[in-house]
Amino acid sequence: MERYRMVFSGSGGQGVITAAIILAEAAVLYENLMAVQSQSYGPEARGGATRSDVVISDTEVHYPKVIQPNLLVCLTQEAYNQFYPIIRPGGLLITDTRFVKTQKKVDALQKELPMYETTMEKIGKSIVFNICMLGAVIGLTDLVRSNSVIKVLQNRIPSGFLDINREALNLGIELGAKVKS
Amino acid sequence: MKKNIKFVQGNEACVEAALYAGLDFFAGYPITPSTEIAEHLAYRLPRVGGKFIQMEDEIASMCAIIGASLTGNKVMTATSGPGFSLMQEALGYAIMTEIPCVIVNVQRGGPSTGLPTHMSQGDVNQVRWGTHGDHAIIALSASNHQDVFAMTVDAFNLAETYRTPVVLLFDEVIGHMRERLFMPEKGEIPLVKRLRTSVKEGVDYHPYLPREDGRLPMSDFGGVHRYNVTGLFHDMWGFPSDNQKVVHELLRHLVDKINNNVDQITKFKEFYLESAETILISYGSSARSSLHVVENLRSRGEQIGLLELQTLWPFPSHIIKEKCAKAKYVIVVEMNMGQIHQSVRGAVDRPERVFLANRIDGVFITPMDIRNVMRLIQGKGV
Repeated sequence: MERYRMVFSGSGGQGVITAAIILAEAAVLYENLMAVQSQSYGPEARGGATRSDVVISDTEVHYPKVIQPNLLVCLTQEAYNQFYPIIRPGGLLITDTRFVKTQKKVDALQKELPMYETTMEKIGKSIVFNICMLGAVIGLTDLVRSNSVIKVLQNRIPSGFLDINREALNLGIELGAKVKS
Repeated sequence: MKKNIKFVQGNEACVEAALYAGLDFFAGYPITPSTEIAEHLAYRLPRVGGKFIQMEDEIASMCAIIGASLTGNKVMTATSGPGFSLMQEALGYAIMTEIPCVIVNVQRGGPSTGLPTHMSQGDVNQVRWGTHGDHAIIALSASNHQDVFAMTVDAFNLAETYRTPVVLLFDEVIGHMRERLFMPEKGEIPLVKRLRTSVKEGVDYHPYLPREDGRLPMSDFGGVHRYNVTGLFHDMWGFPSDNQKVVHELLRHLVDKINNNVDQITKFKEFYLESAETILISYGSSARSSLHVVENLRSRGEQIGLLELQTLWPFPSHIIKEKCAKAKYVIVVEMNMGQIHQSVRGAVDRPERVFLANRIDGVFITPMDIRNVMRLIQGKGV
């Protein structure tokens, strides 16, 4: 695969960093790929726009940060406003319809998905919003198999919560696959 | 899933390696960006029969590991710049009393409390000369998690071999970043055990009388031998002395035991150094940005290479001199005002061709930053 650079952004507590870690871990442990994940710390991690960078590749990744992402996910307006200009031309921009109003046209494939609404409608628990988002990413990009993510979730999450996570992941995959061009 | 693969932070890789090396005792005080080391050890260490203590501050942390080491344990503490400053007095004590210990400094921006959550490599010279008086010290660095593991195990081995504190100088990017770690099998990396005296109970034990090979066997303090330990210059019994011969020989011994073994201690990595016109020299996370640049430019046919230092102190001057002999440009890439740059200039034949590519604003140096400096040096403008 070609090197794929991603930025996940939102606000503290939405789980964007957790989602980024789960994706990168799935790639390393179950897809035999290289992945590096990092995140911004500091005041911005509490409240403001939070950000996690992931690079996935089949060769070694030296520089671990992302300057121009192939994929940018924005789960809040603030994150969108701050980060949309950095997207790589021709990249993929995923936003949530509930939280983000896209304003400017960028040279990227823009996918506005009702991830939050779908999560709340079908599951009713916002804690799995991030996993629904992760599903949408996978549905749109086929970066890793959903089963690899499930395996990571099994290791990380108390077994009582596994079903709603699996459900959220599948909801996201459907949302993503539906709008895949 | 292969059992031996993990996806972890650099700080966790350090924890895994410390446990692999046989860590018995950790005392520390949490500080960003090293906190995960204490956090994980608080959970893991008691489960393998070790002791974890959260101390009241870094002064106490350093003192606690020195005491624990003297009683026969493998010990470690972890901190960042502000805590490392507090440890300097006891660090000097451990050097003088020759007590093996490992100190992790996950660097952040300084001076003072500086930039808690951001990236810097500003403590390089503090490690060398932060504690007063003539002395030698070992400091190691790493640019990826596999190397964090290897260098951490090495730190424990060197501490025991040379009876000295060893500093692991990591940085925020390495500490917090997550990437793959292959866990070595038990026995795959050799471990150095504590060299204990063969002197029996009831027979005089001289704690500071070197064997023929220069090493000093230890006796677990509180065990069968009674002996004195002091930060004052001391004789072979460990008692204070200002005898000129004693003072001279002890100081020579403290410096020589490390400086005479630079080749055995030194570890470094080289990438495309043969035929390199431009050599980047870097260490820690900034070596990653450097390698990114080198691999990109090599694929376009540029004669560029990277020398990654893993041992920062004792400074491997002769290796730098040898590797850079034919280079047209030597560029030191680091996240400070030129601390290793200074040492490299002192090591090479023509210091005027040694340049600095740095960044000091807390932002991790990018490949583009390095490229820009290179273009300027080569007279091409940014």
